[in-house]
Amino acid sequence: MIKLENVCKSFDGVPALKDVSLEIEDGETMAIIGGSGSGKSTLLRLIIGLIKPDSGRIWIDDDEITHMDEKELDRVRLKMGMVFQYSALFDSMTVGDNVSFGLREHTDLSEDKIQEIVAEKLELVGLPGMQKMMPGELSGGMKKRVSLARAIAFAPKIILYDEPSSGLDPIMTGKIDDLIIHAQKELNVTSVVVTHDMASACHISDRIAMIYEGELIAVDTVKNFKQIDDPRIRAFMKSVELHEKGERE
Amino acid sequence: MLIRVLEAIGRYVLRKLNYTGEIVMLLIATFRQLNHPPRWKHVLRQMSHLGVDSLTIVSLTMLFTGMVLTLQIGHELLRFGAQNTIGGIVAIGIGRELGPVLVGVVCAGRVGAAITAEISTMKVTEQIDALRVMATSPVGYLIVPRMIACACMVPLLTVFGDIIGVLGGWVIATKYVGISSFLYMNSINVYVEAYDMTGGIVKSVVFGVVIAVLGCYYGLRCPDGAEGVGKATTRTVVASIIMIFMLNVFLSMLLYR
Repeated sequence: MIKLENVCKSFDGVPALKDVSLEIEDGETMAIIGGSGSGKSTLLRLIIGLIKPDSGRIWIDDDEITHMDEKELDRVRLKMGMVFQYSALFDSMTVGDNVSFGLREHTDLSEDKIQEIVAEKLELVGLPGMQKMMPGELSGGMKKRVSLARAIAFAPKIILYDEPSSGLDPIMTGKIDDLIIHAQKELNVTSVVVTHDMASACHISDRIAMIYEGELIAVDTVKNFKQIDDPRIRAFMKSVELHEKGERE
Repeated sequence: MLIRVLEAIGRYVLRKLNYTGEIVMLLIATFRQLNHPPRWKHVLRQMSHLGVDSLTIVSLTMLFTGMVLTLQIGHELLRFGAQNTIGGIVAIGIGRELGPVLVGVVCAGRVGAAITAEISTMKVTEQIDALRVMATSPVGYLIVPRMIACACMVPLLTVFGDIIGVLGGWVIATKYVGISSFLYMNSINVYVEAYDMTGGIVKSVVFGVVIAVLGCYYGLRCPDGAEGVGKATTRTVVASIIMIFMLNVFLSMLLYR
C-alpha cells in the first residue's frame, strides 16, 4: 500500500504539489494524469524517496518514509522498481548487466541463476537474447522495455512508471501498455503510472488520479472518471483528444 | 551604495561557504563509505582509465619541465662554479614542488574533467537517480572507486613524472650545459634525501583526493542540460587547480619546515 497524507512540495518557492492525499491499494494499478509541469513526476519521486516533502507524510506499507535517511530508504526501495521517462539505463553497461544490476548488488545469487533471471525478464519484455547489446544500440521503445526488465528483475512489490509511453509511436505505446498489464498480472505488483496519455491510462489502470497545477482534483475508477463533470478534466481530455486526432492525421 | 556592496560580498562569501560545507560533507560521506569493502573491479578500471591513460601527458609535461628547469639554472650555476649542484637542485625542485603540482594540474585537467563529465552526464540522464532507486549509494558506487583510484594513481604518476623530469634535466645538463653524467648523478646522490621525494608523494595523495572529490562534487551538482555538463567540467578544472596551488603552500609549510 502507498499512502500520501497532505503532502506539499515546492521548488525555489514555486509550489509543485499542494496538499495531496492519496491511497493506492496493494495490487492496484493507478494512473496519474495531468498536463506537463502539473506535478505528476514530483509525486512519483516523492513516493520513492528521491526527494522529501516540505510537509505531509508518506507511507510505503507500514514504513513511514517521510523522514527516513538514505540507508533506511534503501531498505524500502528494495521493494520498489522504477521505469524512468528516458529509461536511465547505465550506458557503460550491457543490457544484461543493466538488468542484473540489482541482483548483483543486493543478492548472493550464483552467476548462473542471475543469467537465468536476466534471460527470463528479457523474454518477458520481448527482448530475448539481447544481453550483450549496449543501450546506445537500442531504440527508444527497446530501452523502455529493458528499463522495465531491470525494474522487475528484483521482483518488486511496487513498480513506478514515469511517462512510459512518451516519445514512442502508437504501436510501441500499445506494446508497453500490454507489458505493464502483463507485469501486473504475472507479478501481482502495485503499479503507479504517471502519464499524459489518456488512452493508455484508461487501458492499463484500475483507477485514475488527476493532478492539476499541483492539486489532486479527482481520483476514481476509469469508468467513473470519464463521467466526472469538472471543466479542468474535460479541458484536459479534450486537449488530449485533439492532440491524438492531430497525430493520426 | 556601500550597504549594497557589503550585501553582495556577504552573499558571495555565504555561497562559497555553502559550497565548502557541501564538499566537506561529501568528503566525510565518502570516507564513511570506506567502511564497506570497495568494489575492486571498479577501482581497477578507474585506475586504468584515470591513471595509466595519463602516462603520456604526464611524461611529456615532466620531461620538458625538467629540461627547461635545467636549461635556466644550468648556465647560471656554471658561471658561479656550482655545476656540482645542478642535479640536486633539479631533483629537489621536481621532487618537492614541480612534480606533485604539475602532475596534479595535469590530472585536474584530464582526470577531474573526465570524472565530472561522466558523473554529470549520468545525473542529467537520471542514471544517478536510477542508482538510488536500486538502493545503491552513488557515493559508494561512483565516488569511492574514483577517490581510491586517484589517491593511488596521482602519487604513482608523480613518482613516474619525477623520474622523467630528472632524466629530462640530465639530457640538457649533459648535452647542452656540458657537465658530465657522473657530476649530475653524483649531485643527486649527495643533495637529495628520501624525504624530498616522500613529501612530494604525500602532497600528491592529497591532490588526488582533491581532484576526485571536486570532480564528483561538480558532477553531482551539475545543472540539467548539455550546457550544464560543460560548465560543471570547467568549474572542476578551475577549482581543482586553485585548490592544488593553495594546498601546496600549506603542505610545503607543514612538510618542509
